[in-house]
Amino acid sequence: MTQHDLILRALRQPELLASFSLADWDVLVRQARRANLLATLYALLNERGLIQQVPPQAREHLEWSHLAVQRHVQAVHWEVRLICNALADVGVPLILLKGAAYVLANLPTARGRLFSDIDIMVPKESLDVVEAALMLHGWAATHHDAYDQRYYRTWMHELPPMQHIKRMTVIDVHHAILPETASIFPDPEKLREASYLLAGHKNLMVFSPLDMVLHSAVHLFHDGELDHGLRDLVDIDSLLRHFGDLPSFWHGLVERANELELTRPLFYALRYAAHFLRTPIPVETLEAATVGCPNRLTLALMDRLFARALMPAHPSCSDWLTGTARQMLYVRANWLRMPPWLLTRHLFHKAFISPKSD
Amino acid sequence: MAEGIGLLYADYSLAEQNGFADFHVSLVRPRNLRRWFKPQVLFLSDGVPPFKPLPLDQAFPMFEWGLNWCVSSHAHRYLIIHAAVVEKGGYAAILPAPPGSGKSTLCAALVNRGWRLLSDELTMVRISDGKIMPLPRPISLKNQSIDVIKDYVPDAILSRKVLDTMKGTVAHMKAPTDSIACAAKSVPPAWIIFPKYQAGATARLEAISQSRAFMQVADNAFNYSLLGSKGFEVLAGVIDKSSSHVFTYSVLDEAIDMFAALKPPAS
Repeated sequence: MTQHDLILRALRQPELLASFSLADWDVLVRQARRANLLATLYALLNERGLIQQVPPQAREHLEWSHLAVQRHVQAVHWEVRLICNALADVGVPLILLKGAAYVLANLPTARGRLFSDIDIMVPKESLDVVEAALMLHGWAATHHDAYDQRYYRTWMHELPPMQHIKRMTVIDVHHAILPETASIFPDPEKLREASYLLAGHKNLMVFSPLDMVLHSAVHLFHDGELDHGLRDLVDIDSLLRHFGDLPSFWHGLVERANELELTRPLFYALRYAAHFLRTPIPVETLEAATVGCPNRLTLALMDRLFARALMPAHPSCSDWLTGTARQMLYVRANWLRMPPWLLTRHLFHKAFISPKSD
Repeated sequence: MAEGIGLLYADYSLAEQNGFADFHVSLVRPRNLRRWFKPQVLFLSDGVPPFKPLPLDQAFPMFEWGLNWCVSSHAHRYLIIHAAVVEKGGYAAILPAPPGSGKSTLCAALVNRGWRLLSDELTMVRISDGKIMPLPRPISLKNQSIDVIKDYVPDAILSRKVLDTMKGTVAHMKAPTDSIACAAKSVPPAWIIFPKYQAGATARLEAISQSRAFMQVADNAFNYSLLGSKGFEVLAGVIDKSSSHVFTYSVLDEAIDMFAALKPPAS
């Protein structure tokens, strides 16, 4: 059988994995590892009681990745606790984003998921006190170049990443989910209002189910971090499957996207989750989401670009256009991030003035 | 490269066609101007380079270091300790040590005097049962120890010396054929011995406390903290089952005698 989409077939129907040959597993393990999905694959198989059917050579690799992730969950809880302690006296509402939110909210999306940074969101007017409190507790700013500092502080939606000097852990402090320079700007105040407190915590919140989905859609389809494109799409798939049972979730999703100016990313998220991972989405929702559909020509182009760029960056999944597709989407992400004059200025500075890192 | 593999890997079986391989590695020459001027070599693990390129002449040592990296950064069903490990009578002696302590020299000498080579660099303690899984691959010898071993084991098969690597001059010694044949046979640990080469010293074996041995081995483990409490439990098991010593030596024959006199644990 052709092997370029083994990872998709595995994610859609883990039951089929029993029929994979050893040569298929040889490729699948590498596709999954490159996409950061090996431990997720373990979790999917383990839940269904299928792990023993995997050939021992391949099962070995799945178990390796599972062991690496197990400890990760524990480490995330610990790190979040230290962040909460550091910010206890600041008294600002603290919202966990992405990976750390999935772990602390105990969502199935967290299973097998490995990530390096903890992302939090605080009100913009509290950035200074939050940054100071984190520094007092051992986190130090990275990006010491004056231009980078200004780039983050003036234009971006987050502070330059801060790293703990002893534990080397990294925290990203956001005040919004997109840069203020972007063409769309979902109001952080609205996101905060809908957030909910995590059980057992006084001041630790996560986005509402709707906003969690929308944020992961923005992250993948607007902010353009495609290094782990398929992993991020798996997040979206898993969130939709998990929250899909909530009353009025599907109806509310498009409505909320309208409210937050996020209909375009939501359209892409639903379209590609259904296409790549066969996420069950009600027809009415797909219908309603077409308010975010681009014109036919753009859509045809996007389909072709994402068909390549969302696959693992592994030779077995790539063709001669994959590199170009990734590059075009990278340019698109920067284009969406700031207006042309600012982008030109930024790229000029990065190319000719910033000190070279190597 | 081919010369090194032909010489040192002659005794290993080939992977099956259409089978499963744990790691897909390659060594390539980076596509840049350095192709012609001071050419370089790049180690790729499934197409991705974990390290910066090295001078082309260092291709074979880079292959060995690259394979070590592949194992130590993936195989988390094992607590992986940076240590040589050898077996006799069904029990393993673990030799953890910083570079320059004579660990590999001692290991090369032992495996030519009746001990089985489990590994020269990576001691793999299986989490499920605390036994040590062999990974018999060539032994990496550095600087003076290359000639020491050539003298001590005249029929040893050694790869060509490579000069000026980050570890100095390096050559690899072929793993004994018997050790390769027994690569699937795991054994429990019985001794932890920290070797210390000291010019002119008479061989002496000094017992050290379990707590000190624990901390030193933990410092030498690649994935101790990644494994969390499992890492702690496995290492505690190893320490419990073993007697721990510091071993100072200068003459290999004395060292061999001292090791021959090691008593297996009373079970």
